[in-house]
Amino acid sequence: MMTTAYSKGISRRGWLRWTVILSAAAALPGRVWGAVARPEAAFGATALDEALAALGDVPQVHEGIQFMTPDIAENGAVVPIRIEVDSGALPNVSKVSVLVEMNPNPLAASFDIPPGTEVYIETRVKVAQTCTLYAVVEADGQLYMQSRETKVTLGGCGG
Amino acid sequence: MAGRIKIRAQKKGDVTEVKALMRHPMETGMRKDQAGDPIPAHFITEVAVFHGDEPVMRGHWGAAVSANPFLGVRFAGGESGDTVRVVWTDNQGGTGEGETTIR
Repeated sequence: MMTTAYSKGISRRGWLRWTVILSAAAALPGRVWGAVARPEAAFGATALDEALAALGDVPQVHEGIQFMTPDIAENGAVVPIRIEVDSGALPNVSKVSVLVEMNPNPLAASFDIPPGTEVYIETRVKVAQTCTLYAVVEADGQLYMQSRETKVTLGGCGG
Repeated sequence: MAGRIKIRAQKKGDVTEVKALMRHPMETGMRKDQAGDPIPAHFITEVAVFHGDEPVMRGHWGAAVSANPFLGVRFAGGESGDTVRVVWTDNQGGTGEGETTIR
C-alpha cells in the first residue's frame, strides 16, 4: 500500500515536471528557429564603429530604407521607431538592426526576417541623449543603412 | 514568471499586421534603486512571432528596447481566423506568450 502510494506520487510529480519542461521548451523561440544565432559580439560592443564591424561591414546609405524616428523625443526612455523597406527598391532583406549612437551599447535590437515577411518593424527604444539613430539592413550579404538624428530632452537611461 | 502579451492581428489587404505589447521592466542593469543599490539587468533577449507554426519574425533584443516593449510586424498572407503567436524569453530565464486570431 505504501509502495503504491509512493510510486503513484512520483509519477504524478514526474508528469508535472514534464509538463513544465515541455511548455517551457515550446515557449522558447530558439527551439523552433535554432539556426539563427543572436549577434552577441554586436550587442556587447560599446561604440558604434565596433557594433557595425561586428554586424559585418561599413553599411552603404540606401534610399530604399525608410527610417522613421521623432525629430524631438521628450522622453528618451520611449522613442518610437519604424523601419520599412520597399522590396522593389531593396530586395532579399534578411536582417534589420537598430543602433543608437550614444547608448552604452549602441545595438538596441536586431531582427531576422524570413522570406514572406514584409520588411516592416515598429518598436520603441531608449535613447540616452541626443544622437543619431541607425537602421542597418542586410540584403544578399551586403549591409545598407539609413540614419536619423533624434533630439532628446530627457535621457533614456533614467535613475 | 510567464508574462502575458497583449496582441492584435489584423488583415490589411495582402498582409497581416501584428501589434504586440509585452509587460516587462527591461532593466538595463545600469540603474540604481532608491537605496543606491544597482538594479540587476532584466530584459527580453529573444522574441518571435509565429503565424500558425511558421516563424514570421525573430528579434534579438538588448536592454535598450523600452520597458513594456511594443512590437509591430507585417507578413504576407494570413487568413482571418488563423492563429498568431508571440513568445519571448528574457536574460533571467523568464518567458512570455500571447496568442490571438487574425481579424
